[in-house]
Amino acid sequence: MIRAFRMALRSISSNKMRATLTMLGIIIGVMALVVLVSLVNGATNSVTSAVSGLGNSQITVSIRDDKGSPLTLGELENWLEESPLLGAMAPYKSESVVAKRGGENSTVTVYGTTPAYYEIQGLQLAMGRFLKRADVENSSYVCVLNEDAAEDLVGYIDCVGQSICLNGVEYTIVGVLATNDDNLTSALTSGMQVAYIPLTSLVKLTDTVSREITTFYAAPGANVDIQLAADSLEKLLLDRFQQDEDAYRLSSQSVVENVMSQITSMLTILLGGIAAISLIVGGIGIMNIMLVTVTERTREIGIRKAIGASRGTILSQFLMEAVVLCMLGCGLGIFLSWAVLQLISTVVASMDIQFTLNMGVVLLSVVFCFLIGVIFGLYPANKAAKMKPIDALHYGG
Amino acid sequence: MIELRDVSKVYQIGDERVRALDHANLHIYPKEFVSIIGPSGSGKSTLMNIVGCLDVADAGIYLLDGMPIEAYSEKELARIRNHKIGFVFQNFNLIAKLSAWENVELPLIYQKVPRAERVRRVNEALERVGLSKRAQHLPTELSGGQQQRVAIARALVTRPSLILADEPTGNLDSKTSAEIMAMFRELHAQGNTIVLITHDNDVAKQAPRSIRIRDGQLTEVNP
Repeated sequence: MIRAFRMALRSISSNKMRATLTMLGIIIGVMALVVLVSLVNGATNSVTSAVSGLGNSQITVSIRDDKGSPLTLGELENWLEESPLLGAMAPYKSESVVAKRGGENSTVTVYGTTPAYYEIQGLQLAMGRFLKRADVENSSYVCVLNEDAAEDLVGYIDCVGQSICLNGVEYTIVGVLATNDDNLTSALTSGMQVAYIPLTSLVKLTDTVSREITTFYAAPGANVDIQLAADSLEKLLLDRFQQDEDAYRLSSQSVVENVMSQITSMLTILLGGIAAISLIVGGIGIMNIMLVTVTERTREIGIRKAIGASRGTILSQFLMEAVVLCMLGCGLGIFLSWAVLQLISTVVASMDIQFTLNMGVVLLSVVFCFLIGVIFGLYPANKAAKMKPIDALHYGG
Repeated sequence: MIELRDVSKVYQIGDERVRALDHANLHIYPKEFVSIIGPSGSGKSTLMNIVGCLDVADAGIYLLDGMPIEAYSEKELARIRNHKIGFVFQNFNLIAKLSAWENVELPLIYQKVPRAERVRRVNEALERVGLSKRAQHLPTELSGGQQQRVAIARALVTRPSLILADEPTGNLDSKTSAEIMAMFRELHAQGNTIVLITHDNDVAKQAPRSIRIRDGQLTEVNP
């Protein structure tokens, strides 16, 4: 076995140029497979960690058809008590209103919500406080601004205790939110002027915003998997809306993650499939060159047979050569893939993405190359083994 | 040792049926040195192929060491060639990319002889043909006579029942031919059975017994 391996190596190295060209197909195939799959994996990992890094595992529900009875704050509170899997729920509505301080007018996005919004969205205060339960119950004229709103409307951030006019009604500023780029909500609203006021106050402030709850956020309880929380909320919603799945829309972050992992596994299979095809093409190259080799070495086969090599010996000699050729190509391909991935990682180092050799796909390509070597080596090797010694001996003089 | 009884072999070439061997009979005893002489097209090569178990006869019986050959499978024929027959060809038929030493070693590898014994026997065989010093050379680095001596060493190394030489001097000049023939006589003296096939009367005469082949039939030549 070891001897056959050494013989194969020797016969391959006796024609290096041809061997290299033949292996090129396998090398490129392996590189395509390993590099592409590793890239997809690396990118997926970094995107996934970025998405879950945005934290606040939240469930968003929007009601499309309330079946004649609008959802109320009280109902949300009942659900919280009913289901231990849910940690918090916060309805919200938004509206653009004209804000005024001194002589200047500007348009501000106002969110009407409840205190739980702060926790669910993972917001952070720069100073002051967020909305309180009493504010909602009393429809108080208090507001919390984000940094941009504070700077643009008041002129400075430390403005707790000042007041602004929203649609002509005076609101006291009770808190200012800190800007935090790692937080999804904060990042999305940066550059916008945003004010948070009690939901009940927003209803009174505008004619267009109705009392009923049409959208709300929910968060899972402490140490509860978001999927479990989403499932329990879904059950409550179904009960509430007469088992009509179309009456509401529920989306959780894990839904996003699921879709992403589906996309990436699709992508992996697709790219892997294309790479596998190029590997098969490489295998055909191996078969082609092995057929040439067998013809060239007809005389050698004859000699070997005359001095006592059996069919099996000849078969295994040529099969070994094809497999060794494939595996050499595979090894080189993996090494080059590693080099390419290192290079890409260095180039995109600033993007904080790590591309490493995916061990699963390395193993897969090794097994695949071995099989290709065996499958495409078998026909030429069998052709060699079947030769009759006298015909082979007298071949070409 | 070798016994052919009414052996026939027919080739189909186009529409013509060529009787390469026509009820040939032959008996060779152990430790004999026999030359088989005939012009080209006389069935020499066919006889050599059948005696050397490279091919099987269409009809008749061939007994090698008392065993009928036609009953064997290809695998068993390979085994018989490996163990019982040592070939020496006109064009040497060495494997070009193996050294002289490795060429001689090859039949022992096929016999699965352990490494230590292989080394001993290969060295011994090369010494016998006087090529110990050139063991690591490739065939292309050797002269014709040296190549043929490597081939003889390869035939000897398995200690075969029969050494079968097909025009062993056909590609050699007369001086080297004489050396090679001397080597065959020496091997005969040491107790090897040798069958030498040739078209050259002078070469054939050097064997104690000669057989003429003509039109597929064998006749004894009386010295």
